[in-house]
Amino acid sequence: MTTPVPDSGHEARRSVDRQDILDEQDIARALTRIAHEIVERNKGADDLVVLGIPRRGVPLAHRLATQIAQAEGAEIPAGALDATMYRDDLRLRPARALEHTDIPPGGVDGKVVVLVDDVLFSGRTIRAALTALDDVGRPRTIRLAVLVDRGHRELPIRADHVGKNLPTAMDESVQVLLAEVDGRDAVLVTSAEGDRP
Amino acid sequence: MNRHLLSAADLDRDQATLLLDTAAEMAQLTEGRSVKKLPTLRGRAVVNLFFEDSTRTRTSFELAAKRLSADVVNFSAKGSSLSKGESLKDTALTLEAMGADGVVVRHWASGAPHRLAHSGWIRSSVVNAGDGTHEHPTQALLDAYTLRRHLGSLEGRRITIVGDVLHSRVARSNVLLLATLGAEVILVGPPTLLPVGVDNWPCQVGFELDPALAKADAVMMLRVQRERMNAAFFPSAREYSRRYGLDARRFGLLPENALVLHPGPMNRGMEITAEVADSDRSVIVEQVTNGVYVRMAVLYLLLAGGPQ
Repeated sequence: MTTPVPDSGHEARRSVDRQDILDEQDIARALTRIAHEIVERNKGADDLVVLGIPRRGVPLAHRLATQIAQAEGAEIPAGALDATMYRDDLRLRPARALEHTDIPPGGVDGKVVVLVDDVLFSGRTIRAALTALDDVGRPRTIRLAVLVDRGHRELPIRADHVGKNLPTAMDESVQVLLAEVDGRDAVLVTSAEGDRP
Repeated sequence: MNRHLLSAADLDRDQATLLLDTAAEMAQLTEGRSVKKLPTLRGRAVVNLFFEDSTRTRTSFELAAKRLSADVVNFSAKGSSLSKGESLKDTALTLEAMGADGVVVRHWASGAPHRLAHSGWIRSSVVNAGDGTHEHPTQALLDAYTLRRHLGSLEGRRITIVGDVLHSRVARSNVLLLATLGAEVILVGPPTLLPVGVDNWPCQVGFELDPALAKADAVMMLRVQRERMNAAFFPSAREYSRRYGLDARRFGLLPENALVLHPGPMNRGMEITAEVADSDRSVIVEQVTNGVYVRMAVLYLLLAGGPQ
């Protein structure tokens, strides 16, 4: 999820100031480490199901599933879980388009579900995803993997696997770019709301 | 999205596509799930205001609203203040006082939903569930959704709509929506059952059914509306059936993969034979299932969000 920055009102808007925090190689290394952590924690690849939260969690989930499959020599089901219908801020904005939900054919009952998102911020998206998962089935365990944890949690939620802990100010915005969606891999921090390149 | 859904003409191509895509996600989110319910409209009230008999449309809207966790209240003309001569305005003011968030209205008078939406009587969103001989936009959406599921993109597809176009709000909404989505629509019916001004609709018009079948990707049979047949529109039911009914011989003229649609309720033996209605290329039962998904999408997009 991209997190838009609230306009600071009286303060004149600063010029967009981009900083590349992670490049393509950093992201690849972080994902490799997370993939291994997931397997280590799970003591193997048994019963793993990797579900990405749209939009950029989905390609990350597929990359993780591929890496785990290569390391363990087992097929890892990967899919997508859209939590839009379960969000607590629906009424704060006009109704938005739904993203695609794709639960692998084996379902989630009794499985170890790893939820994957690009940026962990307030925790509200994850809360919505946990509720959404309730209506899909009853996993044995749910874990959370994120590429970037930028802090500022508003709910008692934490990630089990983090690519990079990135302390940020509230008025900064963290953007994750992925080749599947944006044409290249990078993590950027902008200090004022800027357009996605 | 607009605040109301009153006519298929309210939707441009992007909005119509958004609605159909959302309906597809609704299907994905409920089909095969043990919990067929989403919490999205919790605490919102949807009123079904039906001045005309309808089972399938009302039930479909009711189920759609309930699957989104909205509270549903049914107002029907029979056995309510509506049959005691209450005006549309007073009914509307009552609903407003009760705090309805969405009003789904079916009315025998064309334009009643428009009046309800734009008179300033109520603040809720209004969905037209069929008004007189004017429009029935959610029926057109579910037809388009069903066609799209089987045919893919509707761009350049040929859809033949047959029968009583004059009284058919289904035909009117379908012509508008299918044209918006890029399909080529051909209306076929007896001249007495085609409305004045049909030449200005975004479609072709014909009086003979046989030639309109050979290239059709889908054929939609309209119900002969006996309750509206107050003049001699055609000599006899038998003659209508012979000239415009879809029987086994005409079914044979259709291309191999062409679909058969009917908005229901069917008059078997009149506009469609039982044999055709029950064939494996008939998607009439699927239309009903899809109706729930399309109406969930409409209610979600109109009611779930906050102000701009």
